[in-house]
Amino acid sequence: MSFEESNNNNNKKVFDAEEASLLVKDLRVSFGSGKTRSYEWRVSQVKALLKLVVDNEQLIIDALRSDLARPPLETVVYEIGMFKNSCEVTLKGLKQWMKPEKVKTSIRTFPSSAEIVPEPLGVVLVISAWNYPFLLSLDPVIGAIAAGNAVVLKPSEIAPASSSLLAKLLGEYMDNSCVRVVEGAVDETSALLQQKWDKIFYTGNGRVGRIVMTAAAKHLTPVVLELGGKSPVVVDSNINLEVAARRIISGKWGCNNGQACISPDYVITTKEFAPKLVDALKTELEKFYGKNPLESEDLSRIVNSNHFARLTKLLDDDKVSGKIVYGGEKDESKLRIAPTLLLDVPRDSLIMSDEIFGPLLPILTVEKLEESFDVINSGTKPLAAYLFTTNKKLTEHFVATVSAGGLLVNDTVLHLVVHTLPFGGVGESGTGAYHGKFSFDAFSHKKAVLYRSFIGDGAIRYPPYTNTKLRLMKALIGGGILGIIRALFGWS
Amino acid sequence: MEISWEVEEATRELRKYFKTGRTKSVTWRKNQLRALLDLVHDNENAMFEALHQDLGKHPVEAYRDEIGGVEKSANNSLSCVEKWMAPKKSNIPLLFFPAKGEVLSEPLGVVLIFSSWNFPIMLALDPLIGAISAGNAVVIKPSEQAPACSSLLANIIPRYMDSNAVKVIEGGADICEQLLLQKWDKIFFTGSPRVASIVMSAAAKNLTPVTLELGGKCPAILDHLSNPSDFKLAAKRIVGGKWGPCSGQACIGIDYVLVEEKLSSALIEVLKKVIKRFYGDNPVESKVISRIVNKQHFERLCNLLKDPLVAASIIHGGSVDEENLFIEPTILLDPPLDSQIMTEEIFGPLLPIITLNKIQESIEFINSRPKPLAIYAFTKDDTLKQKIQFETSSGSVVFNDTLVQFLCDTLPFGGVGLSGFGRYHGKYSFDTFSHEKAVMHRNLYLEIEPRYPPWNKFKLEFIRQAYRLNYFALFLQMLGLKKYN
Repeated sequence: MSFEESNNNNNKKVFDAEEASLLVKDLRVSFGSGKTRSYEWRVSQVKALLKLVVDNEQLIIDALRSDLARPPLETVVYEIGMFKNSCEVTLKGLKQWMKPEKVKTSIRTFPSSAEIVPEPLGVVLVISAWNYPFLLSLDPVIGAIAAGNAVVLKPSEIAPASSSLLAKLLGEYMDNSCVRVVEGAVDETSALLQQKWDKIFYTGNGRVGRIVMTAAAKHLTPVVLELGGKSPVVVDSNINLEVAARRIISGKWGCNNGQACISPDYVITTKEFAPKLVDALKTELEKFYGKNPLESEDLSRIVNSNHFARLTKLLDDDKVSGKIVYGGEKDESKLRIAPTLLLDVPRDSLIMSDEIFGPLLPILTVEKLEESFDVINSGTKPLAAYLFTTNKKLTEHFVATVSAGGLLVNDTVLHLVVHTLPFGGVGESGTGAYHGKFSFDAFSHKKAVLYRSFIGDGAIRYPPYTNTKLRLMKALIGGGILGIIRALFGWS
Repeated sequence: MEISWEVEEATRELRKYFKTGRTKSVTWRKNQLRALLDLVHDNENAMFEALHQDLGKHPVEAYRDEIGGVEKSANNSLSCVEKWMAPKKSNIPLLFFPAKGEVLSEPLGVVLIFSSWNFPIMLALDPLIGAISAGNAVVIKPSEQAPACSSLLANIIPRYMDSNAVKVIEGGADICEQLLLQKWDKIFFTGSPRVASIVMSAAAKNLTPVTLELGGKCPAILDHLSNPSDFKLAAKRIVGGKWGPCSGQACIGIDYVLVEEKLSSALIEVLKKVIKRFYGDNPVESKVISRIVNKQHFERLCNLLKDPLVAASIIHGGSVDEENLFIEPTILLDPPLDSQIMTEEIFGPLLPIITLNKIQESIEFINSRPKPLAIYAFTKDDTLKQKIQFETSSGSVVFNDTLVQFLCDTLPFGGVGLSGFGRYHGKYSFDTFSHEKAVMHRNLYLEIEPRYPPWNKFKLEFIRQAYRLNYFALFLQMLGLKKYN
């Protein structure tokens, strides 16, 4: 979750601020040469990325097995599949995205024409997270390259196998004068953050997000912060329970065993319906992961002992003792925690105060389902909010009142895959959005360009000022033809 | 630091009111826009007076650069806000059928607007239009360096607008600090990079997104123009773009001119003539040119001229009148490039002319400096236009004119690099104060089995094809007609 958690490897040459500044200088020279601006370069680099992933699928699967014991299918779905999709969308759309957008001008600037030209920001920094180390590294890099930037990627040291594989492969496949990887932990990241970047794209937690934004403020660097939060699932009683249970499970445990920023964090349902929901979840969990989930090959493990200890502490909290209705088994030596359901946890318990980021799912109960929206809105804004219902009114109410990065009705996580929807948070869950064209936009500056000719110069703009000029100007800014004529004839 | 009761109370009230959801309705937004239009309409003369008091702005200039702009923006928002609020449909891949996707703009919450003293009405009310169009509750902190306008706004805004949702808090640095201690859902800042950095650091504590509208040294490139009347017109527009807006105290005003050496004397001649025609023999008497805002800025500008090498480069004007805080339109020819006047934003009526051997060198000249808010170029040469457009970077580029981009609602207004980030005007203002919420609807009928564990090779292959959106292969596979391994 944070880059402070791993130990520094002291054998290697330290990447300090001086090294970082040389790196940025290098990339600025490459960017300054203008080569990243051409359509051809951008396409060739996106294709190289795609080839990198296609050629090395097995190595990626292996790295994730080593870092997270990730089931290969999950890797194919969420890391490789989504990434390829992203490349293809970009390759297909890029030419169109790069085109200047013509806009209308008004009588105030007549005669003129105007367009909005997307241009690269310059040299950008991508700091990614350990939970989806390939997707969360390479997906922003696609956007950065597509927009024509030079980019430095700092993968998370908490997924070491993935980090070193990324460093190796990007070194081999990409144009290294413009695309670089820096591996490391706190020191390296601090060295990078001292430099002046044209954009910083950070995926991770709010604590480090604040550090990144504070560092960026020194150089007035814009940031995209992709954070997380406690994403709720509201479950109504009038639903196909089997389907809903499976979808909740696939979003919670089927995504890196709950270690995903858009995983359901907790469930809210009515007191009356809760036992039925718990039963359905139990039945489906057993179908998916068997009687002994600690042994299941289809679940990721907890990333490291720090996080294992953090999650254990949540379960040891006195306030939730006796609330576990399913699971709770742990195996410290293998860093495994079984899918765990907790019923009726108090809202002031530890597990309800911070993002869980693991395989524990508390279920809160309310008298009436409408109350759940107040529960959600009384906390910080989550990255995602989910609702299962067939009630149209309730859906409308949910969409209108719940604020979150994204909302998904009757499913979980799926909106992440849809490249026509912007993906990003609001409030504590972050700022800025990406995916598809939104990634291109996140790494572009939209430059306003206005063309005028030498004809049509009204004297009213210039001093010496008179009352007639004021009248005419009012009419012009008002934009009405009649008003202009009246003013010209001095009738107004 | 002790937390000011007034500031805390104000934000608490605003948050409470925002939670009632009243600001979200289209009726509320439109009513507030109408109220703002009434405010401007009813108080035009008071504004003219305040602007004259703070900056010596002539009413025509005040109307052109401030009041007229606000009216135009408010009218535009009023007629478009309903359209902007409508959810935008997104296409969803067939794989997820049946599903529906849309992007919904929702207000961010309680937002803070810091405005600046040089256009104290426009730069307070224009962002306000965006904030209320998007349905937010707002605090405006007008610049204390334009005190008459600040108190006018504080006085009239509560009389016209919903004071539960729109508040003006006046004050200096201490109040700014107090405001920055609060949690906001957005901070919109217009001003200098130094303060912007403080604002953004404070915002980082609460992960508050910021829009920074800064300035920079905006160059005007003057190419060789064969037609003498074009040349004259260009000179006229340069004068209009330098001394017109608040006597050069404008973020998009021209900072310096780039011209080929052989054209410089002709340019200077025409500039002098135009200045004389616009402002007369004695500009301080003319009343059509603004004064310097205060003593501190007056001294800052005088200091720029005190450097002996800079003083030696003055070829027109240069006289200063401390009593009236007035500085004559001043032209300098090739002051040293490492002098302060060429390394810092001038923000005043001094215009350095920098000569080049070839006008193409202007690209490199601009690129070796921080990115400006605007680049102006007077040229008919399409190759040069292309080079400027694609090889330099700035908030905006305007060919053959100055300042008019500010009036164009369809163009985003905002900087890049040191000139800031984020953008506004027209729909961009609405977007700046909105969160674009992704909403996806599914139903609970159709279920694709391969989504779920326990995993096997069939499911793996299915998902591969699904990602490729290869429906034919998927179909074959489902029928058992396609091999997988």
